[in-house]
Amino acid sequence: MSEPLYQYGSSYLDQLESEAVYVLREAAAQFERPCLLFSGGKDSILTAWLAKKAFAPAPIPFPLVHIDTGHNFPETLQFRDQFVAQLNAELIVGSVQESIEQGRAREETGPFASRNGLQTVTLLDTIHKFSFDCCIGGARRDEEKARAKERFFSHRNASGQWDPKNQRPELWSLFNGHKALGEHFRVFPLSNFTELDVWLYLQREKIPLPSLYFRHNRQVIERKGLLLAASQVVKPVEGEKVQMRTVRFRTIGDMTCTGAIESSACSIEEVVEEVAAASFSERGARFDDQRSDTAMEDRKRMGYF
Amino acid sequence: MSVGRDVLRLTTAGSVDDGKSTLMGRLLLETGSLHQDHVDAVTAHSRRRRDPHLDLALFTDGLKAEREQRITIDVAYRYFSTARRKFIIADCPGHIQYTRNMVTGASTAELAVVLIDARKGLTTQSKRHAFIATLLGTPHLVVAINKMDLVDFTEEAFHSIRQDFCDFASRLETKSLHFIPLSALHGDNVVEPSANMPWYRGSTLLHHLENVNIGAAINRVDFRLPIQCVIRPHQDFRGVAGRIASGRIQVGDEVACLPSGAISRVKKLFLGETTFQEGLAGQSVVLQLEDDIDAGRGDLLVRRKNLPHKGAQIDATLCWLSESPARSFQTYILNLAGRETRCHISRIDYRINVDTMHREESESFQVNDIGRAQIQLNEPLFFDSYKRNRETGSFILIDPVSHDTIAAGMIRGTTPDLSSLRRETQAKRNLMESERLVSLEEREHRRGHSGCVVWLTGLSGSGKSTLAKKLERRLFDEGREVFLLDGDSVRMGLCSDLGFTDQDRRENIRRITELAALLAAQSVVVICSFISPFRADRENARRRLQEKFLEVHVDCSLQTCEERDPKGLYARARRKEIENFTGIDSPYEKPLEPDLYLNTEERTSDECVEVLRAELQQRFTGL
Repeated sequence: MSEPLYQYGSSYLDQLESEAVYVLREAAAQFERPCLLFSGGKDSILTAWLAKKAFAPAPIPFPLVHIDTGHNFPETLQFRDQFVAQLNAELIVGSVQESIEQGRAREETGPFASRNGLQTVTLLDTIHKFSFDCCIGGARRDEEKARAKERFFSHRNASGQWDPKNQRPELWSLFNGHKALGEHFRVFPLSNFTELDVWLYLQREKIPLPSLYFRHNRQVIERKGLLLAASQVVKPVEGEKVQMRTVRFRTIGDMTCTGAIESSACSIEEVVEEVAAASFSERGARFDDQRSDTAMEDRKRMGYF
Repeated sequence: MSVGRDVLRLTTAGSVDDGKSTLMGRLLLETGSLHQDHVDAVTAHSRRRRDPHLDLALFTDGLKAEREQRITIDVAYRYFSTARRKFIIADCPGHIQYTRNMVTGASTAELAVVLIDARKGLTTQSKRHAFIATLLGTPHLVVAINKMDLVDFTEEAFHSIRQDFCDFASRLETKSLHFIPLSALHGDNVVEPSANMPWYRGSTLLHHLENVNIGAAINRVDFRLPIQCVIRPHQDFRGVAGRIASGRIQVGDEVACLPSGAISRVKKLFLGETTFQEGLAGQSVVLQLEDDIDAGRGDLLVRRKNLPHKGAQIDATLCWLSESPARSFQTYILNLAGRETRCHISRIDYRINVDTMHREESESFQVNDIGRAQIQLNEPLFFDSYKRNRETGSFILIDPVSHDTIAAGMIRGTTPDLSSLRRETQAKRNLMESERLVSLEEREHRRGHSGCVVWLTGLSGSGKSTLAKKLERRLFDEGREVFLLDGDSVRMGLCSDLGFTDQDRRENIRRITELAALLAAQSVVVICSFISPFRADRENARRRLQEKFLEVHVDCSLQTCEERDPKGLYARARRKEIENFTGIDSPYEKPLEPDLYLNTEERTSDECVEVLRAELQQRFTGL
């Protein structure tokens, strides 16, 4: 019988790692000005980690770009700066607040207002400002229905939009990064990782993570079944109460739309156990996807990451 | 934490209503791979549409348009894992205009699930999918006969479809074929064995997927590493980065970099902070070499003694993916293992009618066409045949104007000339390779070595016959199967109707080539000793015999040949008693790049035989 392939390490995680590294190197080689979109969440942390690995001992050959909504958790920003320093990477910050002040974006109002949609404007502005022709992101195909159809190399037209009916076929490991002037690509090295794979890999590599991912006590507001962190930007409306709970976050985004879950997991090992047994998908803990059944597809068409 | 130990990449295919998405939904649901909120969303959606069953297809039909039209229009990737394996499913649409997605899904798959509706039996679409899967070299085929509940779970229905499929599949090159009767809607034989079909004793679909042998599509023999980029953080460090496409490599091994041909040794193999002693196919690595050789993106690292083909003309099977049809002499960009070059289609040989498997004359390829074509490259590239190596035998064509990926190609070899192509077509009609019950591998195994053709070319009197006879004796004494073909052995019989005009000489060499090819296919070492003065004839022989061909130029000055003149032929030619004598009144076209060059004025015949023997040992298995 033939020996199992890829078993140079201990598991199929090696295969996923090799694939992601291959994709990162293709992106670096095929594009003139790539960048890595860094949100401070675990997927982008992993992507940056793999980028470090792909080009070591050289530094990551492209900058990390953070689109700051101004509504980020302070823990995220603190972690971001430490992590970027640890990787010895270059960081560029695009500010949604600036876009609003320049009149490029208009803020939603009301208690459920979110700046999530506004990120698209700032992102496209940042891409334009730095002439990025490729944005590498940590999106995975298992996250959401629309993402199951994404390519590793996802072509966007000059206005940054995605046309699901007109995607380039991706065969073998041959990626076509050819494009017209002004067009750009989104590249997703973690496409074949699942949420559990990400956690298992983070665990194996002992990758540092923001404290938000682990158990802590926090003032929260229960809203539409989600636990939102009480803060300057999320305040209780009538009938809502601020209460102290023991929580952690499964995903890290904007404070206005990222829900916490009650959890006692305080180490990666415990998170892995919890994820494996979880009955709610992680995007279920995000408000922005609950707006409609096809919310993600609609935002992707508009150029959302 | 229990997660699979390895990965199976599979692709699914079926017609629009065969229930493919339902089957995928069933697999995801029953392996516990769906999250409760997805299940809730789908339950709510099914309820809104007043569907009595949970619409399992909704778990995989993601895009809006698909929900509206209730069809899958693009490849969707799905994941689930069991204690044994992680599964990556490329869920492909069955719609005829989206065949390109089927090709995409199959290109990385190790197993294809072809779905057949038990009520409808074998359809054109199922045939097309099975054909594409085998064409793309997917090692395992599973035929899932679905909707058995609608034919009362009868064995007859299952057997009748299986028989039809087997009749059709006898024309496909597939080694592993499995049939499973199931009902995706009700879950029979998907994860749990069916109580409704006690007559079926085979495994369930999931059991089969968990136990099928994987890794069959990987070439573990020929080391190939296409370089993606060079890593040079400072003056003192230089590494090449890439993913090992096939074979293996160890620290200390000698490598050659193509096209420069520069040789070095592996000093260090690593990724990040982890170093390895050995790298295997599929692994992304950085390779630090002993010497600072010229290597860059698009170059190929190989072993010096195991080289790929080199050529500027490629014979390929193309899958046309673009709405704009293929046009001869239009410039395209070809990407092969990360190296790009301009090219054009120099000839379209035929289109394959996927339904009948017949070849049809065609001037062009339309979207979803599959056929054979010859591609002329602007510079020579290094490649393997797709059958031997999926990674270095595949390419895509890119339109330089629209930038779209317009075709996928699988390399058959270097371009053969037109006449031999016709003959091959003729011969194949009469003799199907798949009908043979004894394979080349079996023959080679019995003999202990592979067959090959040692082609000695050179002027009369250059020493070919002496070398040929000594080499034959040497190999025979070593217990190898060897046979010498020379003028004496063919001119008396096989070619007794031929004279010495250019045309007759050409036909003479063609017959010898064919005979040598037949013998080599019996794993015989064939030594051909012929003047064979024309380069084109020898190149034809090379194309016919591919890597089994070893061209040896036995060289020596005309003056020395005339002095030796063992048969007194030069003297007779000088006296004009013989016409068209090579070297006197007929030209000898020297090989430009022979596999081996032997000068019989500088070396003794025994030394030459030594060199020849060593070359055979290096090139051919078991010699």
